[in-house]
Amino acid sequence: MHSMNTVVLVKGVPDFREGKVSFKEDNTLNRGATPTVLNPNDRLALAAALELKVKHGGSVRLVSMGPPNYKTILREAMEVCGDEAYLLSDRMMGGADTLATAETIAAGIRKIGLPDLVIAGFKSADGETGQTGPQTAWVLDFPIITHVVSLEVDEKARLVRARRTAGDDIEEIEAPLPCFIVTDPGFTAVFRSATNRLRLLRLGEETVARASKIDSVFKMWGVADLGVDPKKIGLKGSPTIVNKVEPIPVAAKERTAQVVDAKDAGQLDEVARRIVQLVRG
Amino acid sequence: MAEKFEAVVVGAGPAGLAAAYELARNGTQVLVLERGKFPGAKNVTGGILYGQSNSPFNLDYLFPDFEKKAPLERDIKSYVMHNIAGDKVKSMDITRLHDHKTSYAWSVLRVPFDKWFGERVHREAEKHGGGILTNVRAKAPLEDGNRIVGVVTDELDPIKADVVIAADGATSDLVRTAGLRGWGPEEHWFQGVKVVARMPRTLLEQRFNVSGREGSGHLFAGDLFGGCRGGGFLYTNKDTLSVGTVFHLDSITAKKTEPHKYLDRLIKHPFFTNLTGGHYDEAEYSAKLIPDGKKNALRFPYRDNLLAVGDAAGQMKAAGPIIKGMNLGITAGILAAQAFLTAKRQRRLHHMGPLYGSYLANSYVGSELFGKRLLRWLAGWRLPNKMLEGFVTRPRFIRSKFGQKRIQRMVSSYRLASIAPDNDFVYVGLPTAVGRAIGDRVESELPAAKTRPIDDRIAALTYDTDIGREHIVVRDASVAASGLAVMTCPVSSPDSSRGCYRLEKARDASGRESRRVVLDTQPCVECGTCAIVAATDWNTPRGGKGVQYQLG
Repeated sequence: MHSMNTVVLVKGVPDFREGKVSFKEDNTLNRGATPTVLNPNDRLALAAALELKVKHGGSVRLVSMGPPNYKTILREAMEVCGDEAYLLSDRMMGGADTLATAETIAAGIRKIGLPDLVIAGFKSADGETGQTGPQTAWVLDFPIITHVVSLEVDEKARLVRARRTAGDDIEEIEAPLPCFIVTDPGFTAVFRSATNRLRLLRLGEETVARASKIDSVFKMWGVADLGVDPKKIGLKGSPTIVNKVEPIPVAAKERTAQVVDAKDAGQLDEVARRIVQLVRG
Repeated sequence: MAEKFEAVVVGAGPAGLAAAYELARNGTQVLVLERGKFPGAKNVTGGILYGQSNSPFNLDYLFPDFEKKAPLERDIKSYVMHNIAGDKVKSMDITRLHDHKTSYAWSVLRVPFDKWFGERVHREAEKHGGGILTNVRAKAPLEDGNRIVGVVTDELDPIKADVVIAADGATSDLVRTAGLRGWGPEEHWFQGVKVVARMPRTLLEQRFNVSGREGSGHLFAGDLFGGCRGGGFLYTNKDTLSVGTVFHLDSITAKKTEPHKYLDRLIKHPFFTNLTGGHYDEAEYSAKLIPDGKKNALRFPYRDNLLAVGDAAGQMKAAGPIIKGMNLGITAGILAAQAFLTAKRQRRLHHMGPLYGSYLANSYVGSELFGKRLLRWLAGWRLPNKMLEGFVTRPRFIRSKFGQKRIQRMVSSYRLASIAPDNDFVYVGLPTAVGRAIGDRVESELPAAKTRPIDDRIAALTYDTDIGREHIVVRDASVAASGLAVMTCPVSSPDSSRGCYRLEKARDASGRESRRVVLDTQPCVECGTCAIVAATDWNTPRGGKGVQYQLG
């Protein structure tokens, strides 16, 4: 039986949860005081990889780019799913925009060996560009399916079938392997057989145990290891120019409210009229 | 094609887990399906896990080391019955009754206990390609033609199996859908409500005069439960108390009473206040239907390759105040597993049902549940009971040395207890008369315990609600058909608007007002009471949903 080889892209982001996140006085993020955690959307990419591993066997490799302490992010990811973890880390990779990041990650994936599937989560919680995944697919020259809510693989036909959200509709898309998948926040793994659920339990326990001893399955690669063109990565390889960052306007501290009697139809009509006015500008 | 396991066990309580462990350690591929989020999530017990000295098939048969490894509370070494009449109490030692064929009597809390048991079973079952799956609700047998060949669940595709063991408790979906038993009348059930109350260990050991791993049990009967047939119990745990009341369900409905109010009455009694030193710190409220084994136990707890064990098969023995359930379930589970193993070895799988039946009949489970029929029938005669009552409850008789000796012997006799009829005399008349005639007046300088109102009890429970998918539907909302549920449901009260059942005024088109019963399933503790006392379509919630006990 052919088994699936999957790569999952993961990223560390500031922990935006209440009580964890810290802001400076000018409302910008205080990176130093905010812990870095696994990007929440990446958990769904990992869940997708785990689902495929349960159903088809094979291996799941985790790839991330970031400073050396991102090993903790990879460990967090491995607690969900992962056989090996690769951190692409080098000072020369710093300052990268999404395209330069895509070039770096694609180089990492090529060095590992091209997999059947690359899976990424929907947007990172910090940059929120949603570009790195598609750009990586472009660099790898993989077909890409985004907003995936469920997927299945036909190993014999070398096909992936995915259901993706498109507005209010669900599209069903078929693509040849190898393929790039971006999971939607609404992704759900589906297990209808007891055998698979038992395997899920066992793989879950195994991966948690592996994550606690991540060193034996962890590799860190720099620019020299990847053999990537230095002009294509880091700040040098980044065509994006950030012109200006504007803080989100703060809402007025005091607002006036007009109390309306919900039982009075006339007053409710007036409310509706006012809303229409405001919306139309 | 449906996937196939050699054995499927439905329900990860003691009976199902015992069956699964016995199967797994004999090399069977066994899948256990549990609808809770973890084994124990749906389970509560009145208290004691007995070991039977007249059977090898106890928990120690599976785990010789269980007394060292399992999360047990205390080995109940002394047992006292408190006969209450108003503020007078006469305590009688009934340890002899408790000790009858008893090798151990551990008080347990079901959440930690079942979790431990489940962990052990899962590890063993894994070795043979099986294991425990939680959050899966098996709702019916899978039938091929007229034969049971597996199970149908809410969450998974149908699963085939050579044997299906229905261990899904008192409210068993499988036993009903397989046609082995309906809900039956109220007379077939007890209803129990319980609180677990925290108590600092040193205080507990000092108040109850226990130490080390040993503990004590206390029973309460008499006139403080409004004439309901049943009583109260208290078991010491490590650093908690299990306190509850158990009544015949038909007795609760006849008196139109709220079960939790009687529990409160016990907790607020000055005798209880003195017993606990005025310390009362409620942690968890729970409720459960308990099958009355002598009416509810299945004579033939099997159909095709489906074998029912534990509460699902009504295997509960009340020998007077001694309540045995978990040990019967464990024994039945082991026997069901052995019946399958033997049938498989003999290549006569179709034979496993009758084989299980005969194993049961030859064990104490069979004799406890079905033995002494004639004596029981005789003991239930009204006239002799009336005469006995008239004689025994005379204060002069009770006060006499001779009378006290007789009564002490009566209440300590397992033989008598196991044939005693379910009448007012046994549950109420005698204890009240004893308390009144020779009890000591009890006063307490300490303030009575503050019990929680039902709303707070519900609020303290953990639920994963399934909004929009109600597992219980009221078929007939008239007060005549379903009104009893407002009183009898352990998480409903006419005083509360947050419980499951309440009455609502409805006005029809002609402006005529009538009252009808409305149901909110969110606070449901899945006891099954309303399936019996009200006109409902009753199902267990789907996997992972509903109440989730923390202590049990």
